[in-house]
Amino acid sequence: MAFLTLTNLTYAYPNGFTAVENVTMSFEKGESVAIVGQNGAGKTTTVKLINGLLKPTEGDVMIDGWNTKDYTTAQISRKVGYVFQNPDDQIFNSTVYKEIEFGPKQQGLSLDEVKERVLHAAELVGVTKFLEENPYDLPYSLRKMVTIAAVIAMNTDVIILDEPTAGQDYPTMIRLGAIIKHLNEQGKTVITITHDMEFVVNHFEHVIVMANKRKIADGNKRDIFWDHETLEKSMLKQPHISRLSHSLKFGNNVLTIDEIVDELKEAKKNGHAEKERYEVVV
Amino acid sequence: MSYIELKGISYKYPVGDEKVLKDISLSLEKGKVYALIGANGAGKTTICNLIRGFIPHFFKGDLDGEMLIEGRDIREWEMGDLAQKMGYIFQNPFTQISGTKDTVFEEIAFGLENLRVEVPVIKERVAEIIKLFGLESLQEKNPQQLSGGQRQRVSLASIMVMDPEILIIDEPTSQLDPQATEEVFKIINIMKQRGKTIILVEHKIELIAEYADRVILVEDGKVAMKGKTKDILSDIKAMDHGILLPQYALLGYEMQKNDRLHEIPVTESEAIGVFTKWMAGKEN
Repeated sequence: MAFLTLTNLTYAYPNGFTAVENVTMSFEKGESVAIVGQNGAGKTTTVKLINGLLKPTEGDVMIDGWNTKDYTTAQISRKVGYVFQNPDDQIFNSTVYKEIEFGPKQQGLSLDEVKERVLHAAELVGVTKFLEENPYDLPYSLRKMVTIAAVIAMNTDVIILDEPTAGQDYPTMIRLGAIIKHLNEQGKTVITITHDMEFVVNHFEHVIVMANKRKIADGNKRDIFWDHETLEKSMLKQPHISRLSHSLKFGNNVLTIDEIVDELKEAKKNGHAEKERYEVVV
Repeated sequence: MSYIELKGISYKYPVGDEKVLKDISLSLEKGKVYALIGANGAGKTTICNLIRGFIPHFFKGDLDGEMLIEGRDIREWEMGDLAQKMGYIFQNPFTQISGTKDTVFEEIAFGLENLRVEVPVIKERVAEIIKLFGLESLQEKNPQQLSGGQRQRVSLASIMVMDPEILIIDEPTSQLDPQATEEVFKIINIMKQRGKTIILVEHKIELIAEYADRVILVEDGKVAMKGKTKDILSDIKAMDHGILLPQYALLGYEMQKNDRLHEIPVTESEAIGVFTKWMAGKEN
């Protein structure tokens, strides 16, 4: 049995709008999973069902033997940390330190332990030099990192990142990748919603695709990014290198630069026999 | 005479001790798309605030150097005149929608209404923009019910209907999915074809490669590199200033490690051309 399972999950908001329909998925301990799909596909509602902010209208969410229906959101928050899409929905303390400290303080740890957690999380996301500043004096991208630190400091088994890549620059993207790797190494399950397909290629194996309230694909990134029917249904694009490989009519479902380099060399070696094929493309 | 010119601009916000812009000089021509790129905090949004006159008219602080629009110093421009000359599109499409209008049509008409343009003229101009942007199916919808991508297109339309000469667009797609992002860039391209001067802040480097004429790479309050998009985005030195090159250029550099390419591609179509020739052995 997987560490975290969602079974036949449906959620209708109180106004009657159904945001998620009959979704089943599972997550192993220590794996990182990317959830992709258009705005409005049901991704955020699904992860809010995992951390207990929402309770299923139908179906069950089981985390490490707990059914979320039987526990309060506060109890579930000890197992699942959720970083909001918009950091301003999450931040409410007057300094970065207090914001990161809030969660672990509620967990009944000693002051020393709390401090250690705060400093470790701040270091990991790169906000150590802003600890005494007001989070709202920081730019959006750093506020987002503060909210990630606040959730990391809770030391939960599952960490959900809702669009951590939105509006982030290149150095921050590298840091985000390193954070996810670090959390996996500590045995955390990391679930990430993102629109950035290059980020998915670089940092995930397991990818779930949602479209129109449902899960439409679930598997390895290579299978997903070469499943044109799924991509079309979910209005997603192949990563740039895969798209180039597709245009050049290479096989082997390329994802990375190293892989396409091999394809190019191979094609050149066999160049003359295959020449006409490429002229058609041009 | 340059259309927009920054000469030796340095600036410090009223709060904070450090200069956020340090001796910046730029010269922008009419009708081109300029992409401002660089790490967060480099000064991109501050440059936008300067060009649209918010610095020094609203944000006081210490401004040194000259900032000229059509040869006239920004300090001498009236904000009202600048507001007519320039449109500004917010990063967050949920901020831009007025929230006071019941339909997309009325939302787009809002700015013209405030200028007391005559109703038949308003209707004509709004209808024209709706057609241009392909928003016909949305025009009777409530703006609050639109998706993020639809809102961003309506925001762009509500600015374009005012017919500004200059558009400043600050990270228009950071909250959007790939499909909506592509739609927004198609609209930016329509604006470019209409001769608008566009200043665009954007992190998605492959889209910049596709749509921008010029790139200004900002790092730590200074202009680290500037020039034609192709020249900057195919230059490995740009990587020393907090950005990643397009995937196609990175592939080009990888291939150059053991073979010669006559060109580093920056867009998908360039990559197809360059590598097709290379495979056919026409490179050397």
